[in-house]
Amino acid sequence: MAELSKTPVVFAPWNDPNEKPLIQFKNVTKRFGDFTAIDNLTLDIYAKEFFALLGPSGCGKTTLMRMLAGFEMPSEGQILLGGQDIVKVPPNKRPVNMMFQSYALFPHLSVFDNIAFGLRRSDMPKDQIKDRVAEMLRLTRLEKFAKRKPHQISGGQRQRVALARSLAKAPKLLLLDEPLGALDKKLRNDTQFELMDIQEKTGTTFVIVTHDQEEAMTVASRIAVMDNGKLIQVDTPSGIYEEPNSVYVADFIGDVNIIEGNAKVVDGGIEIHYAEGAAPIHAKTDKHITDGQRVSYAIRPEKIAVTSEPMADRANHAHGTILDIGYLGHLSSYFVTLGNGQKVEASMTNSRRLSRRDFTWEDNVWLSWTDTAGVVLTE
Amino acid sequence: MRFSQTLESAYASKADLVLAALLAVAGIALIWLNQADGSHFTGGLLIAFAVFVTAYRINRRLAVIAVPYLWLLVFFLVPFIIVVKISLSDPAIAIPPYTPTLELSEGWTGLKSFFGDLDFENFEFLASDPLYYTAYLSSAKIAIISTAITLLVAFPIAYGMAKASEEWRPTLMMLVILPFWTSFLIRVYAWMGILGREGFLNSFLLWLGIIDDPLTMLNTNFAVYVGIVYTYLPFMILPIYATLEKLDVSLLEAAEDLGCTRTQGFWLVTLPLSMPGIIAGCFLVFIPVLGEFVIPSLLGGSDTLMIGKILYEEFFSNRDWPVASAVAVILLLILVVPIVLFQRNQQKQAEADQ
Repeated sequence: MAELSKTPVVFAPWNDPNEKPLIQFKNVTKRFGDFTAIDNLTLDIYAKEFFALLGPSGCGKTTLMRMLAGFEMPSEGQILLGGQDIVKVPPNKRPVNMMFQSYALFPHLSVFDNIAFGLRRSDMPKDQIKDRVAEMLRLTRLEKFAKRKPHQISGGQRQRVALARSLAKAPKLLLLDEPLGALDKKLRNDTQFELMDIQEKTGTTFVIVTHDQEEAMTVASRIAVMDNGKLIQVDTPSGIYEEPNSVYVADFIGDVNIIEGNAKVVDGGIEIHYAEGAAPIHAKTDKHITDGQRVSYAIRPEKIAVTSEPMADRANHAHGTILDIGYLGHLSSYFVTLGNGQKVEASMTNSRRLSRRDFTWEDNVWLSWTDTAGVVLTE
Repeated sequence: MRFSQTLESAYASKADLVLAALLAVAGIALIWLNQADGSHFTGGLLIAFAVFVTAYRINRRLAVIAVPYLWLLVFFLVPFIIVVKISLSDPAIAIPPYTPTLELSEGWTGLKSFFGDLDFENFEFLASDPLYYTAYLSSAKIAIISTAITLLVAFPIAYGMAKASEEWRPTLMMLVILPFWTSFLIRVYAWMGILGREGFLNSFLLWLGIIDDPLTMLNTNFAVYVGIVYTYLPFMILPIYATLEKLDVSLLEAAEDLGCTRTQGFWLVTLPLSMPGIIAGCFLVFIPVLGEFVIPSLLGGSDTLMIGKILYEEFFSNRDWPVASAVAVILLLILVVPIVLFQRNQQKQAEADQ
C-alpha cells in the first residue's frame, strides 16, 4: 500500500531489518488475579514512531502502557528499552514520561512549576531549568499562562500543560493515555495536528492509547489493534483500513459491509457465492483459498458506487432498492436492500447540492464495485 | 362556578396568613395561660414561626436569609451582650449575684444610674493579677502542644484510612467515631483508671518489670495531654482523611513518573494537598482545647493552670460572676483570631474546589 508522507523518504523503520527497535515486548503476560490483561504479547516499537494502541475498553491497552511507564510489572516476559530490560526499573528512574488521561496536573502548583517539576528532580542547574521551561511554554503556546494555577485555565490549555510537563525532561519515550479524551471535537481535531507537529519537532517516540479510531488513524505512524490482551493487527493506518487481517479489525475500524459466503476458485481470482440466486462476488486475493471454503468478504461503503445503471467497467454489480439515506453533509450513506435480502451500505460524496441529488427513498439503483475493492477474510 | 373559584384562589393565597394568625394566637394564649412547664418556650416558638411565615410572604429572600441571623442574634449575640454586661458589673450578695440590674420601672434616671455603675474594674483586676494571664498563656501553651501531638498522631491514622481498600474504609471510619457513642465524661474517668497510681498502665509496666515503683501520671500535665489528644483525635482525623481521600492517585503516579521517589512524592504532593484538612483539623482542636475545663480538672493536677478551670472556679467556688464573665469575654476575644483564620481557610478551600 502506498504510504502518504510529508517527506519524500518513507518513514518505515519496521520494514528495515537493520533497524533496532526502541521498545521490545517479548512474550509479555500480565495477570491480575485470575484475569489475564495481557496475553503472551510480542511487539516492537521503533524510535521516532507515533505508535497507537487501539482497542475497546478492557482490551489491555492501558495495562500495556502502564507497564512501559513502570506502574505495573509484567507477570511474565521481558520489556526492553533500547536493548535493556526495564522491568525492574522503578518509574522515577525510567527515561519515559507519561501524559495522564486526567492530566494529573498538580493543583497547588502554577503552570510554570508544574512544567518545572520533573526538571527540579533531576540534576539540572536552576538557570537551565528556567530556560527549558520557557522553551516548553513556547512550544505549547502557554507563555501567557505561566503564573496561573491549573484551575484557572481552560481544558485545552490544561492538556497542553500536561504535554509540556511530560516533554520537559526530553524523555526517550512519551506515553499518552487518551490525551484528547476530555476535549470537545473541534478542539480535538486541532490538537491532533498540534501533537503530530510537536512529535515531529522534538523527535520523541510517542505511544498513544486511545479508543477513538479516527484519532489513531490521524496521528499514528502505526496502529496496534488489541482485543482481550492480544494484538490482532499491527500496521500503518492505511494498512489497517484497507487490508484488515480479520473481521474483527475490519469491523472495528470504520464502517464496513461483511458478506459471508462460499468461495469458488476461478481464473484470476475467486467467486464468492453468498445467497441463492444472487450473482457471485468477484474478488482478487493473495490468500490461498480452496474451493468451498467459508470466507468473509469485507467492503467499505465508499468503495461501492450507487448509480441508476450498472457501471460496465466494474466487475461486480447488484440491483436493489434504497431503504434509507443518511445525510452527513459531505457524503451520504445509502442503505440498499438487494433482491436477495442482503443489506449493503454504500456512500457517495455529495459533490452536488442536495436539491440536485439523484436518488431518494425506494428508488431502484445499481451498486457497482471492482474486484479489488473488497478484502477476502478467512478469520 | 366563577365565584367559588375566586373564593378558592383567594383562600389559597391567604392560607399561609390565616395559619400564621392562628399560630400567633395559639402562642400568645399558651404564654398567657402558662399552664404547664415549657409553655413559654412552646408559645415563643409558635410566635416565631408565625412571624417567619408572615415575613416569608412579604419578602421571601429576606425571610430565608434572616433565619440564620436571627439564630445568631438570639443564641449568640444576646447572651454575649449579657455576659459583657455582667463583666462590667460588681459582685454582690444577691440573686443574681451582681449589681447593677436594669430596673425599667425607674425610667430614664434608672437607666442613667445603671450605665453609670458599669466599669472596667474586673478587666483591670485581671490585668493586675498574674494568675490570669499566666493561666491564658499556659492554656495557649497546652493547646498548641496538644494540637501538635494530635496532628502527629492523627495524620498517619488518616493516611492509613485513605490508603485502605474501599470496603475497609467505612469500618475504619466507624472505629474513629465509635468513642463518641459513650459519654465523654465516662471516657475521661476511664483514663483516671488507666493512669492512676494503682491504674492499669502502672500495673502493666510493673508486671513487665520496666519500672520498680509506680509512676505518678494522673494529676499531671502529662495526663492532661493524654486526655486532650485522646478526646480530640477524631476532630483532627476526619478533616485530614477527607482531603486525603479526595487526593487523585494519578497525581502521585505523575510525581513518580517525573522522577520523585515515594517519599519525595509525599512531601511534594500529598502533604501540600492535604494542607486544608490539616489546618481545619488544627483549628477544630485548638479552639475548644484553649477553653477546655473538664479534662484539666479531672486529669490535671493543682499545677495545671488552664483558663477554663479558672473560669469554673470564679463562677462556682468564688461566685464572682463579674470576674468570671470578664475572663470569658477575654477568652472569646483571644479565640476570635483563630476562628477568623479558620473561616478564611474554609473559604479559600471552597473557592479552590469550584
